[in-house]
Amino acid sequence: MIIPLEHVLLFSLILFAIGMVGVLTRRNAIGILISIELLLNAVNVNLVCFSRVSEDPMAGQMFAFFVIALAAAAAAVGLAIVVAIYRTRNTVQTDEIQLLKW
Amino acid sequence: MPQLEFLIKCGVYGLMGLGIIAAVGAVLLPNLFHAGLALAFVLVTIAGIFMSVGAEFLGMVQILLYVGGVMTLIIYTIMLTGRLGAKDVRAQNRQGIFAAIAAGFFVCWIGPLILKTGAWPQRESDSAPPLLSVEDLGMSLMTEYVFPFEVLGVLLFAVLIGAIVIARQDRPS
Amino acid sequence: MVTANLAYLIPLFPLLAFVINILFGRYVKDKACWISVGASALSCGIAWPLIVGVIGGTTYHHDFAWLALGGVDLKFGYLLDPLAATLLFVVTLVGTLIQIYAIGYMKGEARFSRFFAYLSLFMFGMLGVVISDNFLLFFMCWEVMGLCSYLLIGFYSEKDSAANACKKAFLTTRVGDVGFLLGILALFTLAGTLSFAELHDAVELNRDSQLMITVTALLLFCGTIGKSAQVPLHVWLPDAMEGPTPVSALIHAATMVAAGVFLVARAYPLIEASAQAAQVIAIVGTVTALTAACVALTATDIKKVLAYSTISQLGYMVAAMGCGAMVAGIFHLMTHAFFKALLFLGAGSVIHGTGTQDLREMGGLFPKMKSTAWTFLIASLAIAGVPPLAGFWSKDEILLAAHQYGNLYYYALSLTAFLTAFYMFRLFVLTFLGKPRNPDIHAHESPKSMTGPLWVLAVGSILVGLPGSFLAHNWFQDFLNRGHEVEHPVNYTVMITSIALGLAGIALAFLLYRGGLGMGEKLARSLAWPHRVSMNKFWIDEAYAAWLVRPWHALARLLFGLDAKVVDGAVNGTGAGTLGGSRVSGWFDKYIIDGTVNFIAAFTQFCSDIFRLFQTGFIQNYLLIVFAAVVFILYFGIR
Repeated sequence: MIIPLEHVLLFSLILFAIGMVGVLTRRNAIGILISIELLLNAVNVNLVCFSRVSEDPMAGQMFAFFVIALAAAAAAVGLAIVVAIYRTRNTVQTDEIQLLKW
Repeated sequence: MPQLEFLIKCGVYGLMGLGIIAAVGAVLLPNLFHAGLALAFVLVTIAGIFMSVGAEFLGMVQILLYVGGVMTLIIYTIMLTGRLGAKDVRAQNRQGIFAAIAAGFFVCWIGPLILKTGAWPQRESDSAPPLLSVEDLGMSLMTEYVFPFEVLGVLLFAVLIGAIVIARQDRPS
Repeated sequence: MVTANLAYLIPLFPLLAFVINILFGRYVKDKACWISVGASALSCGIAWPLIVGVIGGTTYHHDFAWLALGGVDLKFGYLLDPLAATLLFVVTLVGTLIQIYAIGYMKGEARFSRFFAYLSLFMFGMLGVVISDNFLLFFMCWEVMGLCSYLLIGFYSEKDSAANACKKAFLTTRVGDVGFLLGILALFTLAGTLSFAELHDAVELNRDSQLMITVTALLLFCGTIGKSAQVPLHVWLPDAMEGPTPVSALIHAATMVAAGVFLVARAYPLIEASAQAAQVIAIVGTVTALTAACVALTATDIKKVLAYSTISQLGYMVAAMGCGAMVAGIFHLMTHAFFKALLFLGAGSVIHGTGTQDLREMGGLFPKMKSTAWTFLIASLAIAGVPPLAGFWSKDEILLAAHQYGNLYYYALSLTAFLTAFYMFRLFVLTFLGKPRNPDIHAHESPKSMTGPLWVLAVGSILVGLPGSFLAHNWFQDFLNRGHEVEHPVNYTVMITSIALGLAGIALAFLLYRGGLGMGEKLARSLAWPHRVSMNKFWIDEAYAAWLVRPWHALARLLFGLDAKVVDGAVNGTGAGTLGGSRVSGWFDKYIIDGTVNFIAAFTQFCSDIFRLFQTGFIQNYLLIVFAAVVFILYFGIR
């Protein structure tokens, strides 16, 4: 490894925290999706780095590979839902989509 | 070559720093289109990190799939749903301060934990770790991971159909 | 025994007819009669081959356990022995004929289908009585008959007299039936069986408990007293004439009242075993025969005369039973069913043709109602005991038995025979001969459906006595006494006396009433005291009124007073107390219970007003809380 593992972990931690803040605060559904991509990438960084130092480097990379594929799937479905909601309710602001409110 | 190694180290740390800045931008920029571009930049930096740790194929996939595919999708959707960067529309909801506190606490707690843990597995850079070739990955996908791979294929197929069905314009019956 | 088990169907056809007529009466309307007649005809069709089989020497018997009581099974089943076969023959034939007659008689009545429904139900009860093989089933069917009797007497229930008569009939027979039921229980205690077939052996086994046998026999006989209108419970039968005439003919002359005699025949082993019981039965029968005949002398209502005549003849049969001549009693039952049904139907025809029941308004009907008059004459001759008609043979048998049993009974019954001939021909002469006494009455002959049965019954009245005569070597008696040889003494003295008495009665009636009512009234004035006794029916109704009904009313008034003061007071007191209690309870309910409930509701609402605030409907809120919670838990979990 060129840089120590803990530094990469710190990077992914910060990335994850930023993504989390985004998920929690973005009003726009697409913004939330963007933040989710951040979260997933933070995780991927972790996986790849651990694979680098582990005895079986294949497992980590495979996981990352599958996570990327699933992220793409999630993005596709999530964006489809956003489009559908936009079409029916004419908004993508999550705090305006609150049928369950008291 | 310690100088080259130092330069590479500097480059990687630089990538990380740029990535974090871009991520903050992706989360906070009020204009969604800008946020999307910031995300794309984050993804590229991460691809760079992948490559620097010996996962070149994954880095290429990252760029092709994320920057090429997912980003296109996101930007399409942003354009479809309109109201781009309307000034009067707040980008953040009102619980930002709580979210920031929770996330900050998370980082301030886990970060020191990571640093304090001294026993992270280390691998010397000159001990020549086996770099995984694309061939290795392909073989592995078709042998050891063939079942998850096929399931993933089915899942993606389902997602394809599902996304179309959900997003499809309802015909006036 | 496939064919024999068909016997179960005999009573079921009329039951089916009853169900159809009572449920769908408004749809079948005038066709109700054909349903009933058809059901009876079907019963005949099944019964007669079986009767032929019984005559051929078989006894059909089948039963099944109905109720298991401890170690004893109560069984239901049928028993077709010669006795039952005789009754079955009479009931199916006479019953069917009378129903055919009723078609014409009841034409145009309101509740036409209801009437035939009741008739069918009655047929069900009567056939059930006849073929039942034990006392319990017998009793049930017996009560069905009682019910039908009640319903049919009160058929014109809009008339007060009919309504009262049916109540009287029901209550009076009920007195006897209570005794009957007690008798059944006593019999079960005594013999442990209710089956007719086992009765004889069971009585033989318990020969020692003489008192118990006597009590049981007399209790069972109570049923006969009630149903067969014996003294002192005979008062209901004359009043029962309020019912339509076919009912009087079927129920109160030919079949139901004869069921009492049949009951004595069924319980005969008991009576044979107890001389005292037999004597009581003989006395009751004889007294009934004589007193009823006396009352019949002065009755002026055509149906009342026949009613008293029926009571008298039933007394004859019962007396025969008591005198030890069961066969003679059943023989008389059979012949009587024919000629008395004929008399009633003839009377019905007369009433139908003239519109009155009062003898004093009739007269001179012979040329206008030829069929009715001729058949009526045949029946009168039969009941008067003129050979070779049916009544002669059976009455002769009974007189013979009474002669052997005791002189007193013989004299009383002979006197009754004389009186019977007299009042029957008084009736005949006053009705059909002489001149019409009421010019307003324009008599006409009845329709074919009425005269047809009259003629069939007339033929029966002539022929049905012959099988029991010495001309036929007493075939009928041997048939009933199957299994043991009996001598058939012929006593010409008794026979000739009986013929002479009958003819004398007829002659006297002709002499007195040939010229109308005048002679009779003169005679009544000169014999004022006996005439009043007869006219007032021995004051039995009045005696009941004075000694039973009035004390009963007094007691009822007393109890009513008690009720009004004490019971009502208690009830009202309880009511007031309850009211007070409920006020307190109501206050408690309103303020404590409701208060508690309302408080709980209000508290719940208060809490939910707070807690619902958590339900923001805003996903990122939830996510934030989840994230914070996970961090929190990890933080404290890892440390």
